[in-house]
This record gives sequence, C-alpha cells and structure tokens, in this order.
Amino acid sequence: MSLLELDRVAKHFGQTIAVDAFSLTVGKGEFVSFLGPSGCGKTTTLQMIAGFLDPSHGTIRLEGHDLLKITPARRGLGIVFQSYALFPHMTAAENVSFGLEMRRVARTEREERVRGALAMVGLKGYEDRHPRRMSGGQQQRVALARALVIRPSVLLLDEPLSNLDARLREDMQIELRQIQRNLGTTTILVTHDQIEAMSLSDRIVVMSKGRIEQIGTPQQVYERPASAFVAQFLGKTNEFRATVDRTVSPADLAAGSWSAPAPAGVTGAVTISIRPERISFGASGLSARIASRIFQGNQWLFQCESECGPAIVIRQNDGQPQPAQGDSVHLAWRTEDMSVRVAGGTS
Amino acid sequence: MNAAVDSLSATTAPSRETRAAWSLALPALMLFTGVVVIPLVMTVMLSFHDWGQYKGIEPVFILKNWREIASDPYYAEMFLRTFRVAVLATLITAALGVPEAYILSRMSGRWKGFFLLIILGPLLISVVARTLGWALLFGGNNGVANKLLMSIGLIASPVRFMFTETGMVVALAHAMMPFMVLAVWTALQRTDPQIENAAISLGASPLTVARRIILPQIMPGVLSGAIIVFSLSASAFATPAIIGGRRLKVAATLAYDEFLNTLNWPLGAAIAVLLLVALVLIVVGSNALIERRYAELFR
Repeated sequence: MSLLELDRVAKHFGQTIAVDAFSLTVGKGEFVSFLGPSGCGKTTTLQMIAGFLDPSHGTIRLEGHDLLKITPARRGLGIVFQSYALFPHMTAAENVSFGLEMRRVARTEREERVRGALAMVGLKGYEDRHPRRMSGGQQQRVALARALVIRPSVLLLDEPLSNLDARLREDMQIELRQIQRNLGTTTILVTHDQIEAMSLSDRIVVMSKGRIEQIGTPQQVYERPASAFVAQFLGKTNEFRATVDRTVSPADLAAGSWSAPAPAGVTGAVTISIRPERISFGASGLSARIASRIFQGNQWLFQCESECGPAIVIRQNDGQPQPAQGDSVHLAWRTEDMSVRVAGGTS
Repeated sequence: MNAAVDSLSATTAPSRETRAAWSLALPALMLFTGVVVIPLVMTVMLSFHDWGQYKGIEPVFILKNWREIASDPYYAEMFLRTFRVAVLATLITAALGVPEAYILSRMSGRWKGFFLLIILGPLLISVVARTLGWALLFGGNNGVANKLLMSIGLIASPVRFMFTETGMVVALAHAMMPFMVLAVWTALQRTDPQIENAAISLGASPLTVARRIILPQIMPGVLSGAIIVFSLSASAFATPAIIGGRRLKVAATLAYDEFLNTLNWPLGAAIAVLLLVALVLIVVGSNALIERRYAELFR
C-alpha cells in the first residue's frame, strides 16, 4: 500500500537544522502536499526525495527499496520545478522527448508518447515551439508533460504554480488535479499557498521550522488544527483565553461572558480557537463591539473588540440585516466548532 | 486645429531630441573620427602609394604593393601562419576555458574570487614578463617543464619554444584565456541551475548533461569568446614578436618590420589593411552565423 516512505529524515546545514525527524508514508496514487512558510524545510525535503540533497539522518524508501542508494538519475521520479527548468535550446517536443531518449525508448513509440503527453496537457500543435516563445502557463504545461511522459513512480511538484497569475493558477489547479486523478500518479506538491494545498491534496503535511506540525486531510488540518501554528497558517482564526473550572459540576469552560460545558482532559487556563466563519451573532455569548465592517461581496468581514481581545467574524452575505459599526453584539459558537488547548502549549 | 498642433509638435519634438543626442555624442564622435577613422583612411591610402629605396614614399595611386602581396607566396605563408596560430590558440582556450568557467561558476564565493583572480592573472602581468616566463619554462634543455616532461618520458627531446609556432600558440592561449573564461562565465550566469537537475531527474548522465544541456546553452558565449580570442590572437603583436622575433613572423610583426626596419611604409600599410579586412570579414561573418544559428537563445 505504501509507496514512498520517509523515516525520521533530517537535514542539517552546518549548525542549522533545515529538516528534522520527518516521517511520512505516502500511499499509491495519493496526492500529498507539503505546506508551510518559506524556510520551513518543505523544498529541502522534496530535494532529498529527488536526490539533489542527501539527508543527514534517516532513510527514504520507494516501493521498499532504499532510495538513498540510487542516484538521482536512476530514481525515475518526475519533477516539475518552480522555474520550470525547460531546456531553452530545445522545442517543446524535444523537451518532453528527452527523458524517453535517456530511457532508450524506440523512436516511433517515443514520438507517439510525446504527442500524447503534449495533447494531455492541452498543447497539441505546440510541438515545435521553443520555450521562450511560450507563455508562463504553456511552459508550465510542457514541464508537466516532460515529467509525466516518463511514467514516474512519484511526481514531485516544487511550487509549480507560484509563477502564474491568480486566474491561470486556479485553472491549472483544476487541470492538475484532473490529470493526476486520471493517471493515478502518486504526487507530492510543495507549496506555501494553503488554498492550493487544500484544493488539490488528499493529505496535507503542515511544516514549520523544519518540523512536521500536522499531517491530515484538508478538512482535518483546517477544522482540527493540531497546533496554534497550523490554526494560524491555514486561514484566519480567533484565539481567546479561557478558563476551565472543575470545581463545579458539570465542569465549566468560560471565556468572558461566554461559557459552555468543559471538554474532558483540560483544566485551568486554556486557549480556544474558532474560525471566523463559525462565529455568529447571538442573543447571548461573548460580548463585543463592532470596530469595523468590510463588505467583500459574497461575505461581510467584521472586526470586533471583545472582552477577550480582538476577534474576526465572517458572515455570509445572505441578505439578512447585519450589525453596523459601533454596535454591541454577542459572539456565539457551537462547542464542536472550537478547539481547546492548554494555554501556552503548542498542542 | 488640434491635429495641426499635434503634427507640429510631432515634427519638432524629435528633431530637438535628435539635435540633443547628436550634440551629446559629438565629443566622442570627434575623438573617434580624429584618432581612428582619419588614420585608418590614411593607412588605406598609403597602401596604394609607391615606395623606392632612394626616392622614399611617392603619393601616387598604384597597385604595386597589393600585387606584391598577392603574387609573392612569402606573404601568403605569413598570413596562413597568423591565422593558423590564432585558430590553434582559440581552440586551446575553448577546450580549457569552457570547463574552467563551468567549475568557476559552481564554486562557492571565497574560492571563486581567488580563482577568478588567477584566471585574470595574464591580464595583470606585463606581456614581456609573461612571455619570457614561458620561455624560461621551456628554454632549451634546461627548462623546468622540458626536464619534467622528459623525465616522465612524455617527450624524448625538449620541446622547442622560442622561435616556434608552438611557443606562440601556447603563450597566446595563456594570454587570451581570461577573455574566453569571462565570455563563457557570463553565458553560464544566464542559465538556470535547476535545468541541470531537471536533466538529471530525467535520467541523464553527467556527460550527457554537459554535452546536450549545458554546452548548447552556453555555445553563444563560447563562440563570442572565440571571436574575441581569434581576433586578438591574429592581430597580436607583442607575444609573437618576443617569441618569433624576426625569424618567425606573423602579419602584425611583418607590418611592423616593413614600417620600422625596411621603412617601406606603403607595403606595411597594405599588410595592415589586409589583416584588418580579413579579420573584420571573419568576425562579422561568424557573428551573423551565430546569431542565426542560436536565435532561440538570444531571445
């Protein structure tokens, strides 16, 4: 089942630790994203899988074989680089054909596969174009075709969409996902764009400072962030300081004037985090004042001053009247929409 | 009315700009005309003048000098040697300079600066010291390099350096190396290092990467370096003069001798003009060829 396995992989550059204790198992056909801010070690990890960097510790296995004993040229991985790294002196077809030539695929089969790969990425008729005569999106497609035509066991994508404009990026995301689903190629995507990671992946590996913060499905990491970092990095979130009182029965969780039955396992000072879109204005709850409200078309964004500090609330523009600036409101949310952590802790 | 104003400003504005551009360029233009164009024209005219042992230069228009160069195989030999030496020096600088530039471009900062200085070394040392250094290295039977090569059995008899084409080629290749390395290095700077990784990930061996990926990308740099090295080698004077002396002449030293020793200025002028024309034709021709062949890389 598991195709690619990383076991406590670490990379040190002198004194700095770029990646530490990275363990991950990727299943066949799975789409996994490494998500994190720049410098979190996600690209370093990808480069170690590709073989351009050697890990300081740990092992990487592909289909049970020790990948570190295999040279990068023989790993058979497809890689799409951030800069596309197309060969500028070759036409699109020659670029795509290169990997097949290295594999000594017979000419007729090669030509057929090159044509097929370019058609798959929607570049039929562009065979004889040179990369510098193509747009960014087209170059991106050639790079993808070049990586896929060798039928790689794993496709590695290093921020492949970050050089495209927003509109094109969305189109490419959909197309990338479709191609990946059709071919069933196991894919690892490195990105700092949380929307991209969430819309493309089966699972997301959230990274920070060389460490894995959380591994989970997009819903899991968004709705059940394992750490403050994950909650902050994936979308906006509100954090309130609260206290759990276990002297009363049932135990009580209170943040300002908002209270609810406390979940098991926590006591004393805690931090609760709630997504802005899960907060509603109710008759009772955390009292707050609307500092400002911003109209964003499909939604309203409220910045509130609550008893427990600043809060952001997003409400769907559903035609209902919304509170105005300066109004006093009560913020309410369902207990299942929040996550509770012991204050000061990271998990 | 508006259109009239527009067309008026459209015609006057560029002319004012043009005038400003011309007046800014004028000092340099005058200098260029004074020290390059006029002497060059005078040299061309001089090459058509007559000269005699006792009558000196006669300002008449005859083809005597040109006819002499064309008919006497001595001159053909001189020019053949000039271009043979230049071609060999160019090939050596390319063969050694390309890997050198590649290694240099992959070095880390501190070492890069140090080795760049070493590569630029020949430009910093006086041509006399540099050339005589080579002569000492290979000088007769006692030269260090000759002794070494003979002791390891690579050569049976000492390599003759002074008054040989070998000596000229070696000394010129050394002197011209910086131009080749810098030209190739500039081309390498423009390449994306990830492209190499892309080729490796597709299964290419290091040799294939060098031959099919890196070399084609830096070929324009190699060729422009070759043009510089070739034209500088073919017109070099000091190095061939020290090594070849008056026994083994090339076009530049031949022209010098005609001017200053034989005092046959018109013949010297004809040789100099022929060398210039030949070089211009070769350089312009190969440049056009490169631009057409590598049009995709210049975009």
